[in-house]
Amino acid sequence: MTRRGGGGGAKRLALNGAGLLVALFAAFPVYWMIATSLKPSSEIFSSTPRPVPSEPTFEHYRQILTGNLIPGVTFADFFLNSALVAVSTVVLSGLVALLAATAVARFRFKLRTTFLIMLLVVQMIPLEALVIPLFLMIQRLGLYNTLPSLILTYLGFSLPFAVWMLRGFVAAVPKELEEAAAIDGASRAQTFRKVLFPLVAPGLVATSIFSFITAWNELIFALTFINDQESYTLPVAMTFFFGRDDTAWGPVMAASTLFTLPVIVFFLLVQRRMVSGLVAGAVKG
Amino acid sequence: MTTLTEAPETAAARETPARRRRRVDRLPYLLLLPCLVIIGVLLLWPLGQVVVMSFHQLNNVRQLRGDREWPWVGLGNYAEILSDPFFLTVLRNTVLFAVANVALTMVLGTLVGLLLNRLGRRMAAFVASCVMLAWATPALTGTIVWKWIFDDTSGLVTWLFNALPDGLSQSLFGRSDWTGYGWFNSPLMFFSILTLVVVWHSFPFIAVSVLAGLKSVPSELHEAARVDGAGPWKVFWKITFPLLRPVFGILIVLSTIWDFKVFTQQFVLAGGTQDRPTFMLSIYSYAEAFSPPPKYGLGAAIAVILTLILLVVTGLYVRMVLKQEEDA
Repeated sequence: MTRRGGGGGAKRLALNGAGLLVALFAAFPVYWMIATSLKPSSEIFSSTPRPVPSEPTFEHYRQILTGNLIPGVTFADFFLNSALVAVSTVVLSGLVALLAATAVARFRFKLRTTFLIMLLVVQMIPLEALVIPLFLMIQRLGLYNTLPSLILTYLGFSLPFAVWMLRGFVAAVPKELEEAAAIDGASRAQTFRKVLFPLVAPGLVATSIFSFITAWNELIFALTFINDQESYTLPVAMTFFFGRDDTAWGPVMAASTLFTLPVIVFFLLVQRRMVSGLVAGAVKG
Repeated sequence: MTTLTEAPETAAARETPARRRRRVDRLPYLLLLPCLVIIGVLLLWPLGQVVVMSFHQLNNVRQLRGDREWPWVGLGNYAEILSDPFFLTVLRNTVLFAVANVALTMVLGTLVGLLLNRLGRRMAAFVASCVMLAWATPALTGTIVWKWIFDDTSGLVTWLFNALPDGLSQSLFGRSDWTGYGWFNSPLMFFSILTLVVVWHSFPFIAVSVLAGLKSVPSELHEAARVDGAGPWKVFWKITFPLLRPVFGILIVLSTIWDFKVFTQQFVLAGGTQDRPTFMLSIYSYAEAFSPPPKYGLGAAIAVILTLILLVVTGLYVRMVLKQEEDA
């Protein structure tokens, strides 16, 4: 960075060069994952790597999608387990968060500030420290080795941030709309369903994506609570079947790509809100 | 911005029928109830339970199910951990790793934020999208790809080092053939690569946050300083940094919290919980509790120590956020 005015062309060149380097560093691993997944094995293991697959092939995708990882269980089954857990988490957490967000954004009551501070504090609990006591709880509830054990756990993890984020969206809906509906004789429930809910829906979608990513990516608890291989979620399956076998980089990269792509797509839809949600502690309307 | 002091406003102040207002008084608590129950049962209760467990000797899963006694050992688990020289290694690993990663993440993230602010519109959009990719990639798959890049036979880094002129490589590193070189074998190398992975994952958030902060600083301030002859270094420390101090504060605290409890990246890079010399607190706690023979009580005590360290950092964070909400 040089002073404005001095040597404009050279400065621009240097800035753009730095920009390209940053872009390369940030995006290269993602590119390399996809490129490797499309290369035939001979190319993956050649001693001189090719920057671009010379003959793109889907053989690794075919292999992981059709081959049995253990008898009767394919990659698609793990994908479904993960999707089931993540979607259940999203639905439950969205519903509960919407109720709570309405309470803090629309009402003034005694413990409101206390509740908001608590939301902030619980988001800081190191979840890694809760594996052992939650393992105990899951054992006692008889949920060990079941997918609901994970849905329950992720619900707890995603809820505080979901409420924190949604309250901004609810607060952004003009109160006058609900009041007008009330004057027209709508009941509280009707106002909620017909006026507030449609207007908050985009915010609910954004919030849901965060809950989805939380549940989809989680590894430690899934590793601990699930014992039967056919109930593994995708992250566990990947560390178990691929992480240890260092020779199968083609299938590993294909599986990684399939696991990563939904997250990237969802993430890009909502990343703006993440910055304001985390840094400012409040979402702008 | 919605603020703590502003948001509660109207519900009571506005003209509403008295009948409705009375009924409404109970409603917020009803709406909060499911949320409170879930947070209580799934976050607060386990937080208390981990402390209780840390005071007991729990070496059997039947004890967890409640089929067997829980022998009380008081501070025994803590005494065992703190008197073990290995704990010092773990603590040193954790603290050094967190400090190095927070520092590197903050410096790289801030530089990229400043850079994005000065690039032309199209270039900035391109670089920002690439940076987003790193952020969006799940910790799990991001780590797996880096592991592949550092693979000891066909990995890209192995190839790069092999491509160095033999003489140069020999005189610099004492070897010219890197095929089969175990990149992860020494703790120092392991931590360097882990740092690379974690910084790669976490600098985008810092960059984007710093950029958002920069956009909110009136550009006249920078112009005026430059007209007065201040160089970029001076402009940053005298103008940008003081204005963005609250943002930097929160970013440092959040990064510290995240880097203190790194688990997934380490677990994947090390291929499990066997590599004891590279343990940090969170994986240490996990390995003690769940690697056979299980020691849930001991693992819980380590988890409590980790939580206490983070509690201090969290206290700072909450104070900062509350202060910001008041100022806003």
